[in-house]
Amino acid sequence: MQWETVIGLEVHVQLRTKSKLFSGASIAFGAEPNTQACEVDIALPGVLPVMNRDAAYMAVKLGLAIDATINIQSVFARKNYFYPDLPKGYQISQYEIPIVERGKLDIEVDGKKKTIGITRAHLEEDAGKSLHEEFHSNTGIDLNRAGTPLVEVVSEPDMRSPAEAVAYLKKLHALVRYLDICDGNMQEGSFRCDANISMRPKGQEKLGIRAEIKNINSFRFVEKAIEYEIERQIDVLEGGGEVVQETRLYDAAKNETRSMRSKEEAHDYRYFPDPDLPPLMLDDEFIQSTKDSLPELPAAKRQRFIDQYRLSDYDAGVLTTSRELADYYETVAANAGDAKLAANWVSGELAAYLNKESLDLDQAPISAELLGGLVKRITDNTISGKIAKDIFEAMWVGGGDADSIIDSKGLKQISDSGALEKIVDETIAANPGQAEQYKNGETKLIGYFVGQIMKATQGKANPKQVNEILKKKLG
Amino acid sequence: MHRKTIVELNTPLRTGEISSVELTQAFLDRIGQYQDLNAFITVASTTALEQAQASDDHRKNRDPRPLEGIPIAQKDIFCTEGILTTCGSKMLSNFISPYDATVIQRFKAAGAIILGKTNMDEFAMGSSNETSFYGPVKNPWAKQAVPGGSSGGSAAAVAAQLAPAATGTDTGGSIRQPAALCGITGLKPTYGRVSRYGMVAFASSLDQAGPMTRTAADAALLLNVMAGFDPKDSTSVDKPAPDYTTTLNDDLKGIRLGLPKEYFGDGLAADVAKTIDKSIEELKRLGAKIVDISLPNSTLAVPCYYVLAPAEASSNLSRFDGVRYGYRAADYDDLNDMYRKTRSQGFGEEVKRRIMIGAYTLSAGYYDAYYLKAQQLRRLIADDFHNAFGQCDVILGPTTPTTAFDLGAKTDDPVSMYLNDIYTIPANLAGLPGMSIPAGLGEDGRPIGLQLIGNAFEEAQLLNVAHQYQQATDHHKQAPKGFE
Repeated sequence: MQWETVIGLEVHVQLRTKSKLFSGASIAFGAEPNTQACEVDIALPGVLPVMNRDAAYMAVKLGLAIDATINIQSVFARKNYFYPDLPKGYQISQYEIPIVERGKLDIEVDGKKKTIGITRAHLEEDAGKSLHEEFHSNTGIDLNRAGTPLVEVVSEPDMRSPAEAVAYLKKLHALVRYLDICDGNMQEGSFRCDANISMRPKGQEKLGIRAEIKNINSFRFVEKAIEYEIERQIDVLEGGGEVVQETRLYDAAKNETRSMRSKEEAHDYRYFPDPDLPPLMLDDEFIQSTKDSLPELPAAKRQRFIDQYRLSDYDAGVLTTSRELADYYETVAANAGDAKLAANWVSGELAAYLNKESLDLDQAPISAELLGGLVKRITDNTISGKIAKDIFEAMWVGGGDADSIIDSKGLKQISDSGALEKIVDETIAANPGQAEQYKNGETKLIGYFVGQIMKATQGKANPKQVNEILKKKLG
Repeated sequence: MHRKTIVELNTPLRTGEISSVELTQAFLDRIGQYQDLNAFITVASTTALEQAQASDDHRKNRDPRPLEGIPIAQKDIFCTEGILTTCGSKMLSNFISPYDATVIQRFKAAGAIILGKTNMDEFAMGSSNETSFYGPVKNPWAKQAVPGGSSGGSAAAVAAQLAPAATGTDTGGSIRQPAALCGITGLKPTYGRVSRYGMVAFASSLDQAGPMTRTAADAALLLNVMAGFDPKDSTSVDKPAPDYTTTLNDDLKGIRLGLPKEYFGDGLAADVAKTIDKSIEELKRLGAKIVDISLPNSTLAVPCYYVLAPAEASSNLSRFDGVRYGYRAADYDDLNDMYRKTRSQGFGEEVKRRIMIGAYTLSAGYYDAYYLKAQQLRRLIADDFHNAFGQCDVILGPTTPTTAFDLGAKTDDPVSMYLNDIYTIPANLAGLPGMSIPAGLGEDGRPIGLQLIGNAFEEAQLLNVAHQYQQATDHHKQAPKGFE
């Protein structure tokens, strides 16, 4: 049978506020356990939550960026369950009326564009962490993370392949960083994904029974976990069985998903509106000022790159995958004097070096200004593209700017026609046989002469000029 | 000295006739003398005397603050830094708060002395003080009788003159009912008027703290300190509080007092009805006009309340899990066993009953039938009041159907216990201010309370009516035998 995969993603986006969703404690990562948990976070008797205005601002920013409906009034609810890292015995979340509803995000897989629906995005607080190591059969509780603001972004079951799921996730990841509402650090848990996966016979409308995969903390694991889960479900279905509605955990070390709890074991969370928090009301002014504060979004930036820099749709797409890359590119382009050439260098040489050394853009040893300065020297014929690659390597390894390397190593291109004619004359004189053959029609020998001249000038001769002079002299 | 009201104490304190240390010591002595009432869970002798000394020092150099040197008994539901805060429960029998509730902060800033922490029903769940882990409180008027609850310790302490004033909290009548049963003045402000921060939560949408005093004038002094916006409480209202003492002497001429017919029907004891009638006559003499009104949905207030309050409580009390503070069972096999044993052993029967009711009414499949229905009903009850206040300024009636019942009389019958709050609960559901003042004694010689319910944020009007009534009568001056 032909199976169709149906995937929906729930992404927890940790907001970059200064303080927690309902208390004044800091949310900075990596502090000593329980040093960033105030009386509200540890749920002492009598404490009360007070909503962080910044968190609402960030959630609205996201909502506007995904073309969603912003609910003027949204309601916080309590999700009740017992766990040691949940100090109040309930999580404050949004249930019936979230702050953001009905948005969308466009993705692209193998050149094909597709729109993924976003059901809702709601504000909620994070739980603390249980630490099982170092405590000899006991469990340590760190409540630093308890109360950290999250936006949970729930997609429609619109994705049909692991590639689409990853494309959606990357798109959302880029967007929250464009919006500067999340640092996007997946290792530290700032951007976490749960995947709902089900299979159905191709052509069938009704959705199959789904399993929810939790704890997937990288793009690669999302792809692998979904791939594994698809195979597992197909095996179950083709073996005549039924997929069980359950929560499964992805184990990256073993590359498998394991059952965590079934539907029967699922909690009854006894949601009800939190009586400690009045409904969250947003006024038009707040929404308008949030709108005004939005940065240029990826799609608009891509179109601008096409229009302004005359880039191809593909190049513009690559260069706008992240705000940092786009900013880097624009600085290179401004300094280079040739936007197209700048694009080639950023998505070519720079990307290749970063990739080879597994570095993020912000770790690149060459700043955008310096790379722009290097490309500028190609544009103004100071050096050839080939020499530029050597200089790039020198800058990458040892730092410095292109001009000083060109000077110190004497790499300046020879474009003086008098000097070049002299070298051409000498080269022809030294190779009379080849010159004769050329004159007799073997014009491809021009390459031989260019090679000899480049060798003699250590690559510094302007190749275009050399060609012209050679053709003239060999006539 | 102990017979004086706060208003009366202010003069000798100001002239230096007595010091706050002397005054505090006098009340500490009385608390020791009448220990058998069991009104206090913690007597904060050492810190109280330190605070009194600091207050005397303050008075020497600077202008006195609003409650300078006045000892106040605090209900053990308010978190007090460095002093045990048990909420009447084994669960918090070892809990010393690292912070002060906003109400406590305000009292401290006003120069008041924290005398100690008063006994109460466990987590404020009860109408007789019999659910306290620390044992029941006796009613100073009749030691075989309950003082009411949940603020029973505070009511008994003020009635027995172990403190000039106390604080209480009122979720369904927990200030007004014990005030009525112990013959004192108790005011539950409008929901949102007093900060709930640092007050152990029972039912968050209903809980409200207020003063329990001997007179309306003293209640005004305390409310001046307690009321006001608190940025730490999102449900507190950002609206300036007036000076409640300035309107105490306003003339009652022409004020319209509404008598809801539902408050005078079956179930109201004859002696209580008679006493309330007399109070009405008295108020008429003072110039009030009487209007008959109806609050048709208020008869459903008790069932409505017993869905909503337990629902919120079941969630509010989840934090008492033995993980971070408070009681933890000694032996357990694993996490779930620890939860089960800690909560089974740490909570009393009434608290567990309400957690079970609340968990049930919130559970999937029952939520719409119970919780949502009760919320709709709550709105109807509030609408009744809104309509009534179109016809009258203050609503008048009995605080409780009977005088104080005997200890143990209702402990086996929760529903009859719950019905004791039948006249007080509607004001909580509507979020309105309510007050109980002494109106006389019943046939059994036990006090009867007259209840006043005002429109939202009209505490000043309630205090005005109460004060004028107390100027014209002396019910509030009666002290129980043996405590004069």
